[in-house]
Amino acid sequence: MNLKTYKKENNLIVVIKGEIDHHTAESVREKIDDDYFKYRCKNIVFDFKKVSLMDSSGIGMVIGRYKKVKFSGGKVIVAEANETVKKIFEMSGLNKIIDFYKDLETAICVLGGTN
Amino acid sequence: MNYENYVLSNFKAISTNESLARMIVSSFVSSTDIGLNDLLDIKTAVSEAVTNAIIHGYDEKNGEVSMLCALNDGILHIEITDYGKGISNIEKARTPLFTSKPELERSGMGFTVMEMLMDSLEVISEEGKGTKIILTKKISSNDED
Repeated sequence: MNLKTYKKENNLIVVIKGEIDHHTAESVREKIDDDYFKYRCKNIVFDFKKVSLMDSSGIGMVIGRYKKVKFSGGKVIVAEANETVKKIFEMSGLNKIIDFYKDLETAICVLGGTN
Repeated sequence: MNYENYVLSNFKAISTNESLARMIVSSFVSSTDIGLNDLLDIKTAVSEAVTNAIIHGYDEKNGEVSMLCALNDGILHIEITDYGKGISNIEKARTPLFTSKPELERSGMGFTVMEMLMDSLEVISEEGKGTKIILTKKISSNDED
């Protein structure tokens, strides 16, 4: 698993490459929480284009970020998730509280209105 | 064991071995003409079962996980066993969103995910002795979805 984060406008963009399981979710969580406060972001946008596999540890990781961001009035968005990953999110009902977008640009554009 | 083919592996109950378990099952079924989506479903279910053994069976302390992957008549049969603390209430554990470890950001979706991705899920557990998760899935040659 490979993880990269950067700030765009007031969003923390999180690009994950590879497999999200219990082992990798922990380091993802720590890095995001650190950077979210360090860069003073409001929203978190996950770029899941290169995520090849995700188990329920990924659900827990995303819900956890949603709970944190909610306090600052922010949003969590998932962009470019493949069908299998989306299926896992749908099982958990997470698609009711988190928005999914086809591509990163649209996701950032939508968040532009939440400043 | 009376299977057409099988592989039995034992590994230490540490989180780095979750990906190892996925690789073992993936290599094992590669002898069939399994579709990519089915393969991904199986790897994800194995990931859930092995994670359960590590986190819940052994509370992330020393232990060993045993995994049997077997093929018979086009059916993949997987057994993931830990010799840890066991599950006191299996029905409760299988309830969607129930987790005994919310502090670890567990979603409580492990058994639900296994159930949805595989054809069958059986959980056998005894307190103080351990837990065995049995998963099966028919291997179809082409992805239907």
